[in-house]
Amino acid sequence: MKKDFVRGMSHGVPIMLGYLSVSFGFGIMAVSNGLSALCASLISLTNVTSAGQAAGVDIIAAGGTLLEMVLVQITINLRYSLMALSLSQKLDKKFTTPHRLAASYGITDEIFAVCAAQEAPLTPAYMYGMIFVAVLGWVSGTAMGAAAGQLLPAAVSSAMGLVLYGMFIAIVIPPCKKEKGVLAVSLAAVVISLLFKYVFTAVSGGFAMIICAVAASLAGAWLFPVKDAQEGKE
Amino acid sequence: MSVAIYVAVMSGVTYLIRMVPFTFFRKKITSKFWLSFLHYIPYAVLSAMTMPAIFYSTGSTVTAAAGTIVALVMAYFELPLIAVALGASAAAFIAGLII
Repeated sequence: MKKDFVRGMSHGVPIMLGYLSVSFGFGIMAVSNGLSALCASLISLTNVTSAGQAAGVDIIAAGGTLLEMVLVQITINLRYSLMALSLSQKLDKKFTTPHRLAASYGITDEIFAVCAAQEAPLTPAYMYGMIFVAVLGWVSGTAMGAAAGQLLPAAVSSAMGLVLYGMFIAIVIPPCKKEKGVLAVSLAAVVISLLFKYVFTAVSGGFAMIICAVAASLAGAWLFPVKDAQEGKE
Repeated sequence: MSVAIYVAVMSGVTYLIRMVPFTFFRKKITSKFWLSFLHYIPYAVLSAMTMPAIFYSTGSTVTAAAGTIVALVMAYFELPLIAVALGASAAAFIAGLII
């Protein structure tokens, strides 16, 4: 329905603005790792995920194995399964299987957050509108970052390298204040990550991150079981 | 290895992760342990990805550290993601002008 599509688009505008600057940083990062602007944009168009893309580019740049790529993407993006699961519970009857196949492409942290906050059942048109606008921002930001990354003064483009990491910090810190478990898991992950970087250097970056994430999360699930795991989600 | 193969594998896996539960799952997970595990995964991933990589992200440990501190403080006060991301970058840029 046209009205739902437009409503989805308008709800997607803040997401698009946010994505523009973050994906700009990704574009710069991808080019500095030796990828072309077209390739960086293609990665953004086909993946639509910040952390997964950043890790993926690291693996490509390091000439990692495809197995490493698969396992890293699964580990980093596993949260989307939980979000997809949660959204699947509140879909409108119009959401037939082909619509589910199409709309699942655009389940990101931010789109999930906005969709989950809707009271009415989600229609395909609403999700398509939001995904369209958000992906537009994500891909064009990447292309601009990749293209202008070379034009910008070195001082600016190197400072932009922090954008994605700044966003990661902004996602992690607030729940650390509220949940002991998140704080413990995050600190454990950092400690294990430092060990792999400086002590057990033989382990490749991708696998080191999988071990960090799985070990810290298993320990967290064991020591700090969450009362209602959906509740803590953004 | 061709970059196209990497990109195909990367996007294929990412799509399946989203598509399978969205399309085929009709029941809710009830295991408290696995719900907790899934709840913690993103924070563990983001923390491990950020530290220590953030200190190498600008080519200068000093400017990166300045950006990191600003990001931590801004995130502590729960400013929007974009404000924190750009604030960290701006701090690194300014630190770069000073040193």
